[in-house]
Amino acid sequence: MRYALFLGCSVPTRGLNYEISSRKIAEKLDIELVDIPEFGCCGFPIRSVNQDAGFQMAARNLALAEKQGLNIVTLCSACTETLQEANFIFQHTPEELEKANKELEKIGLKYNGTVEVKHFARMLWEDVGIEKIKEQIVKPLTGARVVAHYGCHYLKPSEIYGHFDDPENPTSLDDLIEATGATAIRNYPEKEKCCGGAILGVDETTTVKMAGSKLKAIKEIDADAMILICPFCSVIYEGNQKKAEKEFDMVFKLPIIYYPQLLGLALGFEPNDVGFKLNRIKAKKLLEKLGYSKKPKE
Amino acid sequence: METIDAKKLDFSFIEEVKNTPGGEKIVNCFACGTCAASCPVREFDEKFNPRKIIHMVLLGMRDEVLHSEFVWLCSGCLACQERCPQGVTITELMMALKNIAVNHGIVHSAFSMQAAEVYRYGRLYEVGDLNARREKIGLPRIPEDPEETRKILDDNGVGDIARKIIGTENG
Repeated sequence: MRYALFLGCSVPTRGLNYEISSRKIAEKLDIELVDIPEFGCCGFPIRSVNQDAGFQMAARNLALAEKQGLNIVTLCSACTETLQEANFIFQHTPEELEKANKELEKIGLKYNGTVEVKHFARMLWEDVGIEKIKEQIVKPLTGARVVAHYGCHYLKPSEIYGHFDDPENPTSLDDLIEATGATAIRNYPEKEKCCGGAILGVDETTTVKMAGSKLKAIKEIDADAMILICPFCSVIYEGNQKKAEKEFDMVFKLPIIYYPQLLGLALGFEPNDVGFKLNRIKAKKLLEKLGYSKKPKE
Repeated sequence: METIDAKKLDFSFIEEVKNTPGGEKIVNCFACGTCAASCPVREFDEKFNPRKIIHMVLLGMRDEVLHSEFVWLCSGCLACQERCPQGVTITELMMALKNIAVNHGIVHSAFSMQAAEVYRYGRLYEVGDLNARREKIGLPRIPEDPEETRKILDDNGVGDIARKIIGTENG
């Protein structure tokens, strides 16, 4: 298996633990990730201002992957959605593809609509498969009780993703968690709720309330950690957790862990090999529960 | 709430929205409120109510919508869009309303600042010194070459918005 790895903006600057762990587990699972240095922003932050510009930025990235004959895997869910929504439009509306290509021509590129875009987690679920992952587990994470946070753009709009998982009652990330031997608490209040990240710059209080409400629900079921797959969701739940604690007058101290970090442990990596020391809210209790006696180095 | 002044209603607004990508299906709305009930923003901020916004557009309340704060408050979670029984692509409609506001010269600073960052670096965040840290922990360097992205932004009028911010910051 060979894919172009699309990092986007948040992962390579604010999600190094996500990037390291994803690269490590990919190598372990025989997935070749190719870096395309010319990749830029997916276009998501521009769409609110100008959809055409946003989709042309997406088209540029798609064209760069196509030039190398590679499909794209992404780590950020907003990148996944923007690249795939543009892709879906280009594949279904020839006039839109033509319009984007008029712009791409000026920078010496052309897109033909042949690239597939997948989130890294979906790639693990669909292309590697739960059974194949289970075969590679050397350290089952028995005893860990965690919740999956799917976020929004990993699943929706379901139409552009060919409805690969149920957007109202998804199971893919829970399945992936359970493949590690950990327990996924499959039904918990607010499971489907959005982190609110997209409006952080517009109304921080509302974002913090949205995030805090979900953290509170998770606190109440006493989960060991939230497992997620989007760097911006992590910025909200981890980076803004203190603010949410203040807003709700509660201590959450909920570790926010990227799925590839969790899988990395089960594949035999040490916590620090998969970036645990970069997590701002330390997963000390969970790691002790799993038999890692030494505190991850600060 | 203030009463609506019928003389101020501008029905051409509905056409403008319908002709903007994402806004095409707005007239299918039968006001069931599934969107408002599904909206995680509305739960904490009553200012943002998708059903009400759709209704305001259908009444031709151009100024009230385009100059509102709520037009920027959609978190883009797509819960409403997935559930709309009438196939109104509500998240995309909110995107269309923001695009229309921008065309009328109204841009929320959160978004013009994002545009400025992308214009500057080709990404939302500067990599800069972080490359040294990346290399230290075994991650590849991220080159910053924003030229092609800038060209796209310039050709769509976003460059002007970005440069205005960059100019203010430098001046």
